[in-house]
Amino acid sequence: MGIRSVAVYSEADAGLPFVTEADEAVLIGPAAPAASYLNAGAIIAAARETGAQAIHPGYGFLAENAEFAASVQAAGLIWVGPSPESMTSMGDKINARNLMERAGVPVSAGTREPVADLDAALAAARQIGYPVMIKASAGGGGIGMSAAADPGQLAAGFETARTRAERFFGNPAILLERYVERARHVEVQILGLPGGEVVALGERDCSVQRRHQKVAEETPSPGVSPQLRAEMLAAAVQAGQAVAYLGAGTVEFLVDVRTQEFVFLEMNTRLQVEHPVTELVTGIDLVEQQFLVAAGEPITFDPATLTPAGHAIELRVYAEDPKRFLPSPGLIERWTEPAGPGVRVDAGYAAGNRVTPSYDPLLAKLCVYGADRGQALERAVAAVAGFEITGLKTNLPFHAELLASAEFRSGDYDTSLVSRLRP
Amino acid sequence: MAEVRAEMVANVWKVVAAEGESVADGDTLVILESMKMEIPVLAEDSGTLVRLAVAEGDVVQEGDLIAVIE
Repeated sequence: MGIRSVAVYSEADAGLPFVTEADEAVLIGPAAPAASYLNAGAIIAAARETGAQAIHPGYGFLAENAEFAASVQAAGLIWVGPSPESMTSMGDKINARNLMERAGVPVSAGTREPVADLDAALAAARQIGYPVMIKASAGGGGIGMSAAADPGQLAAGFETARTRAERFFGNPAILLERYVERARHVEVQILGLPGGEVVALGERDCSVQRRHQKVAEETPSPGVSPQLRAEMLAAAVQAGQAVAYLGAGTVEFLVDVRTQEFVFLEMNTRLQVEHPVTELVTGIDLVEQQFLVAAGEPITFDPATLTPAGHAIELRVYAEDPKRFLPSPGLIERWTEPAGPGVRVDAGYAAGNRVTPSYDPLLAKLCVYGADRGQALERAVAAVAGFEITGLKTNLPFHAELLASAEFRSGDYDTSLVSRLRP
Repeated sequence: MAEVRAEMVANVWKVVAAEGESVADGDTLVILESMKMEIPVLAEDSGTLVRLAVAEGDVVQEGDLIAVIE
């Protein structure tokens, strides 16, 4: 696009490929996130020093922080993302739920205001009916989330959720929702255009999860019929319109496997880790569209004629042991990526890099495309076998097992798939 | 005597037990944090916690001594 890039990095990441790949790079602080990647002042100062005109927040740290977005705009810079107002309305899960309910988007039975204490939680759960899901209203990444089948489990889960919500998000507000026992996590990619139009670019199935965090994603979802897809895409557009959404965003839904009903889960007001699968089946570069929208320029495709084709799978390669999924930081000795038709690797590391305990365990995204799901699976199996990382433990052996499992291969799976593979 | 060692590189987020205390097999001694995950370190034996080798904020390497139970 002819745009020069400036990367910001912490001391822990000084040797990583993104630092050298950018046209310029600025050190913004030590490893601790609060001192570097969450340090809004240091990031805006780096933009000023280098003469950057815009800030793209990526998909971690401050990417969904409305206050940061407002500071970026107040500094006279372009924020590559939705308005701070859209981010605020969707950032709080309770508020988002209420807003979606009013906009006509299906939501599950749940609390419409923060649950103040355990007595209120028990009373709310009686009304909703067990099992219930306990969630941090300001939360994300599955932190503090748990299901409760009875008042005893609710008491334990409620306390844990409150402590974690306070610690990780600085906000102890908790909500309860009806827990769907056999569910698929299916999300819709949307793009809000400067004229106010919101378009949907298809769905992604993210039901392969461990600790409520995604491990593998695919599109199209093997569990969504054409009619259900049409309804979900329409609901996602409604959701985006309700908050005057601009740029790339994702509306997450839960699909009840038994009833085929779907409910709104949350909206991510940013680019998602798993966006490559959408790019592979649409041929659209989502990041390019983000920049064009932010610049007020026309996008590169005609939404009216958009037809996704083929099948794409993303496997998240984590630095963790493949049995218990415990973190495995360390020095990467060898790093050999697979290549071939339909294979795309988005990697953050290379041989000689040290993976520190400071951040997420995500090392790379191994993405494959095939004309159909069968071909995509076949290519994924070969690509996993061809990916060599030594020096630390990775979950590549888990991906090999996942791809060989009858349940994943059948396409008829739900969010409990990983716990069935690892009882 | 049982030595409790770190399974991975991590930051010591919370020290739950104190030196001199009696602990039971399975009790949480300290909570480590690595890659945004909390990892409780448990007593592998019952007895007295004669040594606690880490403090909150420390960084431990794989194999580092965390505690000794007698």
